[in-house]
Amino acid sequence: MNDVTSTVQYTGRPAAGRVRRGRRIADRTLKVVCTVFTGLGAFVLGWILLMLFYEGGAALSLDVFTHVTPGPGTEGGGIANAIVGSLILTLLGIIVATPIGVLAGTYLAEYGKGSKLAEIIRFVNDILLAAPSILIGLFVYTLMVPPLGGYSGWAGGVALAIIAVPVIVRTTEDMLRLVPGSLREAGAALGAPMSTVIVNVSWRAARAGMVTGILLATARIAGETAPLLFTALNNNFWFKPNLMGGVSNLPVMIYQFALAPYDNWRALAWAGALIITLSILALSIVARLLLKKDLAR
Amino acid sequence: MVALSERIAISTMQTTRRAPKSISDPLFRWASFASALLVLIVLAGILGSMVYGGWPAFRQFGFGFVTSSVWNVGKEDFGAWVAIAGTLTSALIALVIGVPVSIGIAIFLTQLCPRWLKRPVATTVELLAAVPSIIYGMWGLFVFAPFFARFVQVPVSSLVEGLPIVGTILYARVPSGVGLLTAGIILAIMIIPFIASIARDILDQIPTILRESAYGIGCTTWEVVRHVLLPQAGVSIIGAVMLGLGRALGETMAVTFVIGNANRLSLSLFDPSSTIASRIANEFNEASDMHLNALLALGCILFLVTFTVLVLARLLIARVRTQ
Repeated sequence: MNDVTSTVQYTGRPAAGRVRRGRRIADRTLKVVCTVFTGLGAFVLGWILLMLFYEGGAALSLDVFTHVTPGPGTEGGGIANAIVGSLILTLLGIIVATPIGVLAGTYLAEYGKGSKLAEIIRFVNDILLAAPSILIGLFVYTLMVPPLGGYSGWAGGVALAIIAVPVIVRTTEDMLRLVPGSLREAGAALGAPMSTVIVNVSWRAARAGMVTGILLATARIAGETAPLLFTALNNNFWFKPNLMGGVSNLPVMIYQFALAPYDNWRALAWAGALIITLSILALSIVARLLLKKDLAR
Repeated sequence: MVALSERIAISTMQTTRRAPKSISDPLFRWASFASALLVLIVLAGILGSMVYGGWPAFRQFGFGFVTSSVWNVGKEDFGAWVAIAGTLTSALIALVIGVPVSIGIAIFLTQLCPRWLKRPVATTVELLAAVPSIIYGMWGLFVFAPFFARFVQVPVSSLVEGLPIVGTILYARVPSGVGLLTAGIILAIMIIPFIASIARDILDQIPTILRESAYGIGCTTWEVVRHVLLPQAGVSIIGAVMLGLGRALGETMAVTFVIGNANRLSLSLFDPSSTIASRIANEFNEASDMHLNALLALGCILFLVTFTVLVLARLLIARVRTQ
């Protein structure tokens, strides 16, 4: 009995008698500090979400989804036009970005192995991944806004696409690299040309991961504000069906309404913030679950 | 029956098998090559448009554009120094606060965290990264700034008033909650998830055997972290920090909300200021002529600074691959 307890004590607290006090304090401090920092991160996320639910939840009503944004000083109103505009711009961006991103990622993973150019493109893509989105907005402004004669949804879509492409390139490449080479060799051994192998073997094997990348890119561009500020701008009414002129969208609407001196505008900004954050978080969670399920398979 | 149809399918495949010279194969190859080149073209296009648009401002003001702190729209006299200083200071504050916290989170996730807690904590960190910057801006302006003004700015200002140096740096003339320090704190919150998740990947890649041998000779967790993990991760961690710095330098919306947007060179961290990105976001839509060129020239400076930082970051991180 005595023997057992002493063994338990020995394995349970080997440090107690042997480790000098200074070392123990340093160790304890590290553990406490790291845990506190992690708790702080979780606390901030909780604080932000709580505020969003509190302020945005109070502002939510059916009108928010059915009415257009109110003019200065008018009561009520909703953000229907901003919601629809945001959906259109995000969809436009992802439709433009998906083929380009997937093909470029395919080039890097399948064709460009070991080539110097692919190395450079991969490097530049990583830079673009973290490049300030406001610069992309300025670029698309000079490229499309004066030439097209003013702000347009098309410019907004292109700006969002440029932000989405690097995300899709990176995930596509990473996912294709996980596909075992023997699968490709099996395809090639059947006499299939490389493009057929890529489309029918590599892409099929990496499909879930690639879809995850596209979803993450969608989540990324759905909340982007800075690039839309100079391209799609905003619009307090229903935008034109040809997307010329300002196109209303949630992020820029939030920016303008949050800083406005009208209470109902500010409430609508909170409602918009709640809607957009929840959609983005839901999208990223779905994307991650999809990937996890696929990797577990 | 099934076997027969399969046999037929196989035989048709053989007869309709495309010749090696089919057009779709090279077409696919070229399409993917062109898409990859597009990535290069976009980066060149961004630089080109900034230089092209900012050129008139650079030509008119010369090197003085960088050093002058005048920003007078009416007189068309522009200098970038206040915005540059604001950008650098706010990013520096973000690093000072953000780096220890992110590395702490990475250490917690890789060394201390019980297995069952790992996934929820990692997801939380990733969700923090997914929250759009405009939400951080709103939260910063309406929730954090009043809190900060009441519980930090007012007490600290009254505490340090009249003291040398500290009395200048930490004195709020108007304790409104917005200013450089607030912007730096919000930026820190925004870059923490990025640095933390890269640092975690780096720490995860260090061979377990190194860690176990250190524990085996009786090291405490602190000693393992200090003498084994950090030296092993070393340069890559600096790369992760630089990546965070790149984000902090170019972050726009959150900063625009909380920095106060004043073109004033002040020594106090509590005073409103502006960054390059916040100034562009604020003024671009009303700008014309030389004002527009000056803003694009600001964009050009921002591009060069962030590009340098990001290139260094990527060279330092030996490309951490997601598993």
